[in-house]
Amino acid sequence: MVEPGEIHALLGENGAGKSTLMNVLYGLLQPDEGEILVDGEPKRFRGPGDAIDAGIGMVHQHFMLVPVFTVAENIMLGAESTRGGLLNRRSARQRVLEVSRQYGLPVDPDATVEDLPVGVQQRVEIVKALVRNVDLLILDEPTAVLTPQETDELLAVMRTLKAAGKSIVFITHKLKEVKAIADRITVVRRGRTVGTATPDASEDSLAAQMVGRTVKLRVDKQEAHPGEPVLTVGGLTVLDERGQVAVDGVDLEVRAGEVLGIAGVQGNGQTELIEAIMGLRPVQDGQIMLHAGRAGTGRDAGGRRAAAREGSLSLVGRRTRDILRAGVGYVPEDRSADGLVMEFSVAENLVLDRYDDPQYASGIALSPSAINRAARDRIAEFDVRTSSHLAPVGTLSGGNQQKVIVAREMSSPLRLLVAAQPTRGVDVGSTEFIHARVVRERDQGTGVLLVSSELDEVVALADRIAVMYRGKVLATLPADAPREQIGLLMAGVTDEPAPEKDT
Amino acid sequence: MTESGGGTSPDKDLAGETEPPGADASGVPAQRTPADKADKADKPAEPAESAEPTESTEPAETAEPAESAGPAGATGGAEPAGAAAEGVQGFGRTVLDSILSANTVTVTVLAVFIALVVGAILIVISDSNLTSEYGYFFSEPGTVLGDSWSVVGGAYANLFKGSVFDPATLSGAISGTNSWSQAFAPLSETLTYTAPLVFTGLAVALAFRGGLFNIGAQGQAILGAIGGALVGFELHLPYALHLIVALVGAALGGALWAFIAGALKARAGAHEVIVTIMLNNVATLFLTWLIVQKGVHDPTRSDAISKNVDKTARLPTIPGVDHSVVRVHLGIVLGVLVALGVAWLLQRSTIGFRLRAVGANPSAARTAGMSVGGAYILVMVLSGALAGLGGGMQVLGTTASSLTGQVTANIGFDGITVALLGRGKPWGVVASALLFGALHAGGNRMQSYSHVAIDLVVVLQAVIVIFIAAPALVKAIFRLRAARSGGTPTTLAKGW
Repeated sequence: MVEPGEIHALLGENGAGKSTLMNVLYGLLQPDEGEILVDGEPKRFRGPGDAIDAGIGMVHQHFMLVPVFTVAENIMLGAESTRGGLLNRRSARQRVLEVSRQYGLPVDPDATVEDLPVGVQQRVEIVKALVRNVDLLILDEPTAVLTPQETDELLAVMRTLKAAGKSIVFITHKLKEVKAIADRITVVRRGRTVGTATPDASEDSLAAQMVGRTVKLRVDKQEAHPGEPVLTVGGLTVLDERGQVAVDGVDLEVRAGEVLGIAGVQGNGQTELIEAIMGLRPVQDGQIMLHAGRAGTGRDAGGRRAAAREGSLSLVGRRTRDILRAGVGYVPEDRSADGLVMEFSVAENLVLDRYDDPQYASGIALSPSAINRAARDRIAEFDVRTSSHLAPVGTLSGGNQQKVIVAREMSSPLRLLVAAQPTRGVDVGSTEFIHARVVRERDQGTGVLLVSSELDEVVALADRIAVMYRGKVLATLPADAPREQIGLLMAGVTDEPAPEKDT
Repeated sequence: MTESGGGTSPDKDLAGETEPPGADASGVPAQRTPADKADKADKPAEPAESAEPTESTEPAETAEPAESAGPAGATGGAEPAGAAAEGVQGFGRTVLDSILSANTVTVTVLAVFIALVVGAILIVISDSNLTSEYGYFFSEPGTVLGDSWSVVGGAYANLFKGSVFDPATLSGAISGTNSWSQAFAPLSETLTYTAPLVFTGLAVALAFRGGLFNIGAQGQAILGAIGGALVGFELHLPYALHLIVALVGAALGGALWAFIAGALKARAGAHEVIVTIMLNNVATLFLTWLIVQKGVHDPTRSDAISKNVDKTARLPTIPGVDHSVVRVHLGIVLGVLVALGVAWLLQRSTIGFRLRAVGANPSAARTAGMSVGGAYILVMVLSGALAGLGGGMQVLGTTASSLTGQVTANIGFDGITVALLGRGKPWGVVASALLFGALHAGGNRMQSYSHVAIDLVVVLQAVIVIFIAAPALVKAIFRLRAARSGGTPTTLAKGW
């Protein structure tokens, strides 16, 4: 089904079975039924070694590299050439240079992998596959960790490989990339092939095939009516686990009734920034203020603003619990690690940060009936697909787990919503729903701070976009700023004419 | 384990029950380490499985060597103590996972069954007549097997008669050759041994649910015994009130001891396993020192034993029966009530909600605004109070009436086993405490009637725990492992 010298895109939502299919192809999983034909011959792979022998290579979503080894050492790993029992480093280097020249993939064989940017690490993975003479290369969501520019480079590399007669299976759920590079497209949904398409198919029709119904790819939203600031961050400096400065003197302002999007490649201080705001990480320097933030003109400043009774409040050094109670909603970036207790029921997770609220408990006695009633309401309101409100949340799909978090955070009046990667690993349908709820929250006068490494998401939702790079906010741009400009800023390029500040 | 004055204790039952110190020392690690090791074995196994999901038959093989690698396991335990809080929490969670999710009722029942089989083999091996018979096994296999069967059967029958019911005493009671009390004596013995185990088992189980591995129930029980005894003989209060104050004293003693470990964990990140093990030793030596101090030591005795607890502070027994025969006391009722309370606390209270959340996912609990450190301190204090009550049962009940070096016997360490077997659930704990109480009560009779050392009971307990902690082993033995076709790496890892 994949021709030589072809780029075949495998398109599907998270959990559609793309990765499982490819893991079978690469010998990591065994098929229960059916067979794999390579050059017309049925093959059975007992492990990745068999797959590599048959000419199949794979670049995983999470790189399989040893960070402290050099590029050449990583590439030779598992296929070390030895001379008299010693590693033959020279021939390894030679081979790396040969391959990288042949396919136009510049890598320095002596660099240590952990010092390399993510895009280059990915290139190392590709070279690693090519050194083993594979004919078919599987790329599993290769663009998830790349800046727009790095993505363009990767697409160029893929074209080079194609020209050299290699076949590529390109797994993704990003429609734009598929259209840009693929020769043929296979759409999978719930473990089945639901159709094949050519790249000239429209994005809407591809999305519809992927989800099984028509979806809106654009977020419907009216113009924002920003009010007074709800959150001001000034000169904020925060350290990461290793004591390195992760957030470096950041100034931000989020106003009532607007979405401030923070764009940036992952690992540029976004996580530390929001953890500092939420009181989960100590602040080294600077201030974080939460204000009453009256809603903008033309908005009903009624009951929803009840939370805004206390006026301004410094969040530095405050406990997470108090910050949440002050009217801040928080959708953490890693839902399974920080957002949910997987063993707990949906109902319990829906009250995880309000369990001792008078409405759910009297004294130290929980009120299961109130909790369950609230859970049933939220499940209906947020369209959480679960067998029961008593089912452990770990049994739900990623999208529905995320809806549980969103429902929990939006179930009380908010001044500020901090949403980190709110749709990561979430299917298109749930993404659509979550985006709509975020916009609705904004329209009710809540200030929204959105952090996402998906530029599309930031552009679709944000009213203003702040770009973070190496712990600094390089610029705050209006939402209609050209994507190229945002992309360059994400890569740290600031040679642009002085970026406009619109505050 | 230091022993002082154990042999000359005035308490008949304690003297009968006290194991030789050597057996004691060997029994303790046997019970502690399997659980410990198996949980550590989990950790390396998991990444290996997820990295290579194809090798799904591998786990059974990889885990076994890991388990037998005792020293490696031990160093693995020392590392997280120094490591960051995350590593420590990870360990606690792994422990919790393997206890709460990895086991099934089937595994529990089969583990008990395997233990009985292993016990039978040991009985045969340790019987010198039988071992000499096995010299001519091939000439008369029938006789040899028959004799083995009768010896094993006799021993287990005595185990049953000593713990549940002996038909001879029933007919004796009917015909009038012995009292009715005699017929109920075995059950009474079982319940007497069960009572403290319910408390220490609940203590360890509660800590498990809060994500902590409280190895220190033994030390906390010792401090509980001290607290209860001090109130019992230093204060002189009226009936009922004295008992209540003494129980409070026992709970406070244990809670204080556990607070040290909880506070060190919450504030300094010290691993609770290491701290509580050390505190166990401190508690044992403190007790040894305390009982010979003026004001505590019984001046009428020359051996190391404290004064007697006042009658007013003793747990009441069943009125109108011979207390030397039927010595079950109020402790078992309190134990069941406390189990009910712990079940309510865990499932229906805000405190339990917080403890369970912190135990299951500390970082999500923190993100939801809960104080993880505060929860650790709270769970340790509650756990210590329960263990302290367990220790209080020993001095305020009918087992002993004064402090000796061995007064708490092994109830703290047995509590760990009980909590494991009860899978961290309050009612599971009550059931497994009952099983262990029965084994202990029956073991006494087995020793005196069948001449099988009571140490066999310790072996049975240890074997049960090994198999509970390594369910894959049980599944492998009984070929329970599910067909390996569609299993994902995560479920395989979870299956551990």
